[in-house]
Amino acid sequence: MKEFGYQRVFDVSGALALLDADPDARFLGGGTNLVDLMKAGVERPARLVDVRELPLDRIEPTADGGLRIGATVTNSDLAAHPEVRRRYPALAQAVLAGASGQLRNMATVGGNLLQRTRCGYFTDVTRPCNKRTPGSGCPAVEGEHRNHAILGASGHCVAVHPSDMAVALTAFDAVVSYETTDGPGALPLSEFYLPVGGTPHLETALPQGALITGVTLPPAPIAAVSRYRKVRERASYAFAIGSVAAALDVRDGVIQDARLAFGAVASRPWRARSAERTLTGARADGETFAAAADAELAAAKPLPHNGYKVTLMRNLVVAVLTELSEEAAR
Amino acid sequence: MAPAPTSTYSSITLSVNGDKHTLTVDHRTTLLDALRERLDLTGTKKGCDQGQCGACTVLLDGRRTVACLQLAVAAEGRAITTIEGLAEGEQLHPAQQAFLDLDGYQCGYCTPGQICSAVAMIEEHAAGWPSAVTDDVRPEAGPPPLTADEIRERMSGNLCRCGAYVSIVQAVARAAAVRAETTATAHTTHTTMTTQTQGAA
Repeated sequence: MKEFGYQRVFDVSGALALLDADPDARFLGGGTNLVDLMKAGVERPARLVDVRELPLDRIEPTADGGLRIGATVTNSDLAAHPEVRRRYPALAQAVLAGASGQLRNMATVGGNLLQRTRCGYFTDVTRPCNKRTPGSGCPAVEGEHRNHAILGASGHCVAVHPSDMAVALTAFDAVVSYETTDGPGALPLSEFYLPVGGTPHLETALPQGALITGVTLPPAPIAAVSRYRKVRERASYAFAIGSVAAALDVRDGVIQDARLAFGAVASRPWRARSAERTLTGARADGETFAAAADAELAAAKPLPHNGYKVTLMRNLVVAVLTELSEEAAR
Repeated sequence: MAPAPTSTYSSITLSVNGDKHTLTVDHRTTLLDALRERLDLTGTKKGCDQGQCGACTVLLDGRRTVACLQLAVAAEGRAITTIEGLAEGEQLHPAQQAFLDLDGYQCGYCTPGQICSAVAMIEEHAAGWPSAVTDDVRPEAGPPPLTADEIRERMSGNLCRCGAYVSIVQAVARAAAVRAETTATAHTTHTTMTTQTQGAA
């Protein structure tokens, strides 16, 4: 690991000033991803600015009935919070489906949003990777890509975003707030992550040196009946090979409104808007659910070894929506 | 503006098992290496050194953490508890006693991490935290019973390459039961005392 400076900050302006003065500095939250990447030589910061003691560790209701989650709230505290569990159960489930008890205690909400892909080529500095070293190539396209993207990828990068939390946040239209030395800003999560295109090294629309201060969930009564379901190669403590966050509002057997987002299928959490359009106004039955999955997955471009994900996601969508419609009928 | 020169090491004070230790660390030093190599607290084990096995689990302000991904310099000011800090004199912690009595190990290498993890996990459960196998996470559903499935899920961050999981689950269940009894006893004593005080008034 390369040597680095370390400073702990207690206010947002101090954090921004340090990053502004040193383009090779990085913010340190829980460190569960950054420290690991530093050990692997993928990240080589000159300085760490420890933001864990910033006063951004609260979850508070907003005036319009949503929730504001501070950037340094740990994953554990997010998943344990009564209002998160009551109003957005799929978000609590998504967080609990990720990592281990130890890692959730360390990891912060801001850091979770900015975590990097676990693509084996990205984390191995002896291999080419367009995300780590732009222009060096992507061995995954013709190599090991069983768990890579089926939606929205490009020939430059087929890696998937690893977060479970961000999938549920995407389904519920969360907005990321940030601060810069030029003032505050906000980005809906649907615009926060950039499309891959020819620039896989540019992952988010955050301005250079910006600090995420929190995430705001707008009021969403539909989210009270919501679920997150994750498929992985072992029962616990593994990244997803496919996941679904979903919410359904069903009245008299007809779907009034639906929210659907996919995880582990694209470079970013994937909001399934084509599927949502198919669901809205249709009867809440297996035929509709399958048609919705097909509408979204029509755009899938599987690689030679990850075609199974198309089937997996179709079945997962039908299963989760079936469970939700049964729950709504109770 | 050129960045100000920055030191790559710091003098820090770590609070470990109630004792303060002042030491100078290279910022690259993990809490795991500081504990083992600098403070001679070798109970905490290095397994994978990349946050995947849980052998290095310690408690930071009472919460379980993997010490291999925790920079020592960032642990300053927090209360660190290691396996060496769980017993009270010769009296083992109930979780340690349960692992001994029920053979919750084979080679023993993962055991300090398993025990530290279990101690904090039991508190998480007692605080009402749901898990990924909890059917209904809504608070109205109440806290989930600590079934074997719940224990397995909540302890999934601690790997045991000997595969002693069957007895580990039993040991964790025993430790949780002892904690529940102790709490109930303490509550009864408290209630009795309150009643007596009220009676006296």
